[in-house]
Amino acid sequence: MNEIDETTVPSGFETQVTENLAGGGRRMVLNMGPQHPSTHGVLRILLELDGEIIQKAEPDIGFLHTGIEKQAETLTWQQVVTLTDRMDYLSNMANNLAYVLPVEKLLGIEIPPKAQWLRVLLSELSRINSHAVWLGTHALDLGAMTVFFYCFREREDILRLFEMFSGQRLMTSYIRIGGVALEPPRGWEKAVGRFVDGLQEKIDEYENLLNTNPIFLQRTQKVGYLSLEQLLDIGVTGPMIRAAGLKWDIRKSEPYSSYEKFDFDIPVYNESDVYARFRVRLEEMRQSARICKQAMEGMPEGAWKADAPKVVLPDREKMKTQMEALIYHFKIVTEGFRVPAGEAYVPVESPRGEIGFYAVSDGTSKPYRVFMRTPSFGNLQCLSALFEGKLISDSIAALGSMDFVLGDVDR
Amino acid sequence: MLPDNLKDMAVPAAIEAWDSAVVTGGSHEFGETLLYVQPERIVAVCQYLKTQLKFERLTGVTCIDRFPAEPRFEVLYLLHSIARNERLKLKVALGSDNPQVESVTAVWAGADWYEREVFDLFGVTFTNHPNLKRLMMPENWEGHPLRKDFPVHGHKYSYQND
Repeated sequence: MNEIDETTVPSGFETQVTENLAGGGRRMVLNMGPQHPSTHGVLRILLELDGEIIQKAEPDIGFLHTGIEKQAETLTWQQVVTLTDRMDYLSNMANNLAYVLPVEKLLGIEIPPKAQWLRVLLSELSRINSHAVWLGTHALDLGAMTVFFYCFREREDILRLFEMFSGQRLMTSYIRIGGVALEPPRGWEKAVGRFVDGLQEKIDEYENLLNTNPIFLQRTQKVGYLSLEQLLDIGVTGPMIRAAGLKWDIRKSEPYSSYEKFDFDIPVYNESDVYARFRVRLEEMRQSARICKQAMEGMPEGAWKADAPKVVLPDREKMKTQMEALIYHFKIVTEGFRVPAGEAYVPVESPRGEIGFYAVSDGTSKPYRVFMRTPSFGNLQCLSALFEGKLISDSIAALGSMDFVLGDVDR
Repeated sequence: MLPDNLKDMAVPAAIEAWDSAVVTGGSHEFGETLLYVQPERIVAVCQYLKTQLKFERLTGVTCIDRFPAEPRFEVLYLLHSIARNERLKLKVALGSDNPQVESVTAVWAGADWYEREVFDLFGVTFTNHPNLKRLMMPENWEGHPLRKDFPVHGHKYSYQND
């Protein structure tokens, strides 16, 4: 056994203590992360402590930076869809959708209703998935272990549905430019229906498990407060801002992919604490289940990909029998399709907040630049405000309530 | 100079009425309004948009490298007004020689990381920024990865060279 060598701690990561400050205080600089279980990824926070009170908190990100924006410039427009899965790996469908919308705007192609409905259905399923993982891990951080197993049971069901649709559990890349990747599988209505019908009951179960848990309530109520003005100033979006009393949801205010045709409510709470964020997300899961049900029952008939032969791959049958289809197939596969020069941005409500891709085209088959406005990046900026002046024991609850994915922050 | 098709729109017209020299161009494509602003006036314009026209949110700040064209960098500000349910894009054009522009962190605190990211990945300096240092890359990194003249492969730190 090797003894732990003090010198292997990289500089800046060691704990520093300053004794005898003016006024007799003692200040400690503590390094939290990047490998800390409650940071849900590789986030490093430098905490300056005075006893148990956090005086200053400085997040340090970039440990998962993989240069996705740079890589996107080297791939064809359609291939970039696969990169978007890898940013926020809990809500991949919402990322796919957010990427394809501005590109379709630049291309000027119209998406048939069936594909739009499928997109809504799957992005709502990924919202339930993301919130379930959030709820499970957040409750686990606060010491309620049972919820974690219950939530991961539902998550497994959703991943099975994703596998059924796309052949993949996590990196689905199902929503493509021009529609969706594959025809929905046989029997999908039954599988989705069974899941959605059972979900309301299961959400009640989570609620009962946590709402009757005095430890959970004491650790979340009146903890992690930020005012609405602060949140807006920092640029926080999504459930966090709805828990501060702002009724703003992009699905309602700037509807995309036929969201205006669905009937659902936006849950709003005013307390702006960890508990209110929990209530908002729980209610959003219920609303998502409602949307899924509507999408399933009202699924239009017809094509599931756009009538744009220069963009969308032809059917296998046509490709093998028709010369034109074969030419288009060859062109799309070898060099991709050209997107007219221009710039477009479409905001999308992901489980975490506003996600949007600013796509810049110079008229070629590869993006000139794709700026990825990710919700976790914007939301994580409020960490300092959320931590400073608070107890270190509350910081874990506050951190969990932000619901960020580090892959989404660092890209 | 405001293009003709923007003159009837409320927000560009209001900026034009407030200061006619500040907007140097613009466009309206795909339902998105874009205005080019004089780089030295960006903070004043943002302050005006936030306080007078209710653009309470800054969605993001990024940059587009037009290498080898000049002016090389376009710093892009995505603004959003929840009250008006409207979005606006602002751009400032910066030359390749020492690109710098004043930080808008005084207007929206949320500009902090976005500007640090642009500084890190594009090498555009934001003056008056409270904490301008690299965000994504290591602090001793040389070069700015999202610039068009930075290679995708074959950089000296690339593992392929080991």
